[in-house]
Amino acid sequence: MPRINDSITEGQSTKLAAEAIRELCSVVGEQNVLWHPSDLMVYECDGYTIAKHRPDAVVFPSDTQQVAAVARICHRHKIPMLPRGAGTSLAGGCVPLGGGLVIMLTRMTRILEIDLRNRFAVVEAGVRNTQLARALVGSGYHFAPDPSSQTASTIGGNVATNAGGPHTLKYGVTVNHVLGVEAVLADGSIVQHGPVVDPGMLDLCGVLTGSEGTLAIVTKIWVRLTPLPSALRTLRVAFPTVEDATEAVSEIIAAGLIPAALELMDRGILEAVEAAFQFGFPLDVGAVLVIELDGEEASLEEELQITRRICERWNAREILLANSPEERERLWKCRKSAVAAVGRLSPSYCIQDGVVPRTKLPQIVKKVQKISQEFNIRIVNVAHAGDGNIHPIFLFDEREPAQVDRVLEAGRQVLEECIALGGSITAEHGVGVEKLHLMREQYRPEDLTAMRRLREAFNPDGLLTPGKLVPDERSLEWLGTYPRIGGAP
Amino acid sequence: MEKNLANMAPEAGNSNLAQEAIRKWGPDPAIYYQCVHCGLCTAACPTYTELGDENESPRGRIYLMRLVHEGRLAPDARVKSHLELCLDCRACETACPSGVPYGRIIEPFRNALHQLPQKESLWQRFLQRWVLLGVFPYRKRIRLALSPVRLAQRLKIYWSLERLGLFRLLPKPLREMASLVPELGRSLPPLPAFLPAKGRPKARVGLFLGCVADGIFRGVHWATARVLQQAGCDVVIPENQVCCGAIHFHVGDSETARHLADANLAAFSADGLDAIVVNHAGCGAMLKEYPHHWKDDHQEARRQFAAKIRDVNEFLDCLGIPPPPGRIPLKATYHDACHLAHAQRITAAPRRLLAQIPGLEIRELPESEICCGSAGTYNLLHPRMADRLGRRKLENILATGAEVVLASNAGCLLQIMREIRRAKAPVVAMHPIELLDYAYREECPPVGNNRRNSR
Ligand SMILES: Cc1cc2nc3c(=O)[nH]c(=O)nc-3n(C[C@H](O)[C@H](O)[C@H](O)COP(=O)(O)OP(=O)(O)OC[C@H]3O[C@@H](n4cnc5c(N)ncnc54)[C@H](O)[C@@H]3O)c2cc1C
Ligand code: SF4
Ligand code: SF4
Repeated sequence: MPRINDSITEGQSTKLAAEAIRELCSVVGEQNVLWHPSDLMVYECDGYTIAKHRPDAVVFPSDTQQVAAVARICHRHKIPMLPRGAGTSLAGGCVPLGGGLVIMLTRMTRILEIDLRNRFAVVEAGVRNTQLARALVGSGYHFAPDPSSQTASTIGGNVATNAGGPHTLKYGVTVNHVLGVEAVLADGSIVQHGPVVDPGMLDLCGVLTGSEGTLAIVTKIWVRLTPLPSALRTLRVAFPTVEDATEAVSEIIAAGLIPAALELMDRGILEAVEAAFQFGFPLDVGAVLVIELDGEEASLEEELQITRRICERWNAREILLANSPEERERLWKCRKSAVAAVGRLSPSYCIQDGVVPRTKLPQIVKKVQKISQEFNIRIVNVAHAGDGNIHPIFLFDEREPAQVDRVLEAGRQVLEECIALGGSITAEHGVGVEKLHLMREQYRPEDLTAMRRLREAFNPDGLLTPGKLVPDERSLEWLGTYPRIGGAP
Repeated sequence: MEKNLANMAPEAGNSNLAQEAIRKWGPDPAIYYQCVHCGLCTAACPTYTELGDENESPRGRIYLMRLVHEGRLAPDARVKSHLELCLDCRACETACPSGVPYGRIIEPFRNALHQLPQKESLWQRFLQRWVLLGVFPYRKRIRLALSPVRLAQRLKIYWSLERLGLFRLLPKPLREMASLVPELGRSLPPLPAFLPAKGRPKARVGLFLGCVADGIFRGVHWATARVLQQAGCDVVIPENQVCCGAIHFHVGDSETARHLADANLAAFSADGLDAIVVNHAGCGAMLKEYPHHWKDDHQEARRQFAAKIRDVNEFLDCLGIPPPPGRIPLKATYHDACHLAHAQRITAAPRRLLAQIPGLEIRELPESEICCGSAGTYNLLHPRMADRLGRRKLENILATGAEVVLASNAGCLLQIMREIRRAKAPVVAMHPIELLDYAYREECPPVGNNRRNSR
């Protein structure tokens, strides 16, 4: 293979040693390694487009053994590595701070086993969330975490970010549905935890879930399968103002109901959704709630009546019930595609992921409106309202540096307000690079140190996903070189 | 692996020249920025699903083109290979919640790159000049070129040639082409200039014939005409109509495509046509898109022409058909041709029509909306990716247990028929309107051992 020798020259095409590239090629095959600069550009960012950094190479392993061999090469050559799934992260989780190797899990797409009797499935990390859902059609079971990106995002990515979704309110986030993982550590060793766990064991699954690739590269997952509810009621309720809608949310929960989902879309986002799907949303209202009740047929009618009464008390203008499975599906498609439809409103967007105690929803909504006016930035809103998880979406143009700065500052103020109200800076999108600088505001130094020590136990040289999740000196230095990531902390 | 170009030292693309070409012929730059980089389209993309590489995804390709536009990236051999591997199947358009018109980015962009001086092999040039542009667009030339094949097939030696591997002696693209030719059957006469409606005429429609479609699938045209007559249409078939120009347009010969477009406008200018019916999705999509492709003073005329174009499924579903008298007790499955499902957003109409055939059991095809790998002339230019997708399609078809697979597009039919032949699979492929025609003629198509596309 003279091609590699001829064309790889260190420092010209890539920063990686030619030797390392050659070794990678010998493990996964030459056609499964990208190192030419023009092939790497698309890997400089993910769903978050404000921070960018090009990796030095990208590999596509096809099984766990290959992932391990790749990690060993990186370990030997001291090359930083970063796992990547579908790249739908909204926080820059896939931006390789400081460069290095991106390890793609997208060729590992096999569903290895579905066991309905024991209610679990075994999937490779690159299996897409809806790929599993499609395989389960007709079985009466599903994998409950349903992030809005589920058609594209990988289950490995869902585990790494501990993804949530509209139905998290009742069914919990990803960690509640992971029974076991197989993963590759930074030195190339392969570990497995679960699927059967003794009460006496340390819960490593729980530790790995949500670790954003900083502890290990997840290669295989045993996921819990949950029976589908026997009956459903899905409502679309329109309110004159966002405040009315959020008050109704608090009251529904206070009444002791646990809806399967309680989702909010404000007028701004409805405009984009309506342009995309022509579903017939009213565009002259303040907000729409999508409420789903599930469970036993017998109790549903009563819950539905209670929900209706509460909505009416908060001035609901229109209460519609989805009257066929197709209509319900279309309604959910509208809600789940809402964020991705904002291209109809603006060339770039940045979505925040703050959490507040549910009763503080009206307060944070007011604050967001105020910030929008102050910074002169259009903000539209979706929210997993039942969880107190807000997603204000800032609309701007990435090509205008002044706008980017305003967006970053406004976003920071929203999240600071969330912390002040007793909430948190992320519910489900993760820290990525976007919120690194806020970690020090959210957590005390002792907490951060404990997390850092845990990371060192898994990832002693810090080569795996360096600088992410728990900020260290290096990450702050790297962030300093991106003048636009919220400035120095 | 498809990425045979991977890691080849790129030719130093002449950036300035490229920038200029892209400014002149390329897409409206505003469209790049309609993409918010969410990545939801990736899973719909056949090349990404196969390769898992962002460079081979819609989001990645839009990003590459945008980077070239912004001057951050030179359109070198690597970048071009990613853009060329795109099937232009538009599955990403259907998937994109932001409504990014991907086709209106990639088509002009590739076109602009084609305007640059090319380094192509002799064979590529032969294929492009003589075969794709010299023969394909002319239905008479195609039939002429195919007549020895028809003869060889009649004498039963064609398939022996294929079996003996003699096609392998041909240069690659021609070999691909030879392997695509289905059993041609008896030569049918050309359609007359006019066929009257059965009963009181409810509509007067033009029938578009195309090139490959008429060369190889004349039976589909006859079937379409007969079904249109049954549905109460006077059918006008202008003799001077020509190829839609899609092949030319997609290999970068935008000027010839423009001439063909104008010739078709003239051919169908006869007054009083309620619609111009097209039975192959690729042609239909191109005809509907005429107004977007060129900017000159024929714009308005092209817009009016395009407004009359109807896919045959779309048209019959809207007009309504009399109940077909014949029973067809078969299991069938329907493949969504990209240029129908994604480019024209027609998915329900053909299914509604098929549901009216007594006895027919329709089974949904898994991944029905994923490209079969045909994509116009794609299977000639990128055979490896085309083969991968073809095999994937056949596996899905076989999983349904159907005896008949239906597709409303010549390219898909050729590709699927080839996969069926290669695997000696017990399925026949045909156009949905052919099946409808069988039902009106109260016949059942031969399936099993008697079928025409497998040997
Ligand atoms: C339109 C849109 C809507 C969204 N809606 C939601 C939502 O409702 N809820 C929600 O929680 N999120 C949502 N997200 C965010 C995102 O989709 C999720 O975080 C998802 O879980 C990421 O999966 P992925 O495969 O794209 O991972 P990537 O984006 O590729 O990676 C995300 C992070 O995980 C790490 N990682 C990926 N795979 C592995 C692995 N195998 N092992 C170790 N680390 C790994 C990466 O290094 C990175 O840090 C949305 C995103 C978009 C664009
Ligand atoms: S084309 Fe559409 S779906 Fe794909 S990344 Fe862009 S905005 Fe998202
Ligand atoms: S047109 Fe088809 S092949 Fe091309 S990017 Fe879109 S989905 Fe992929």
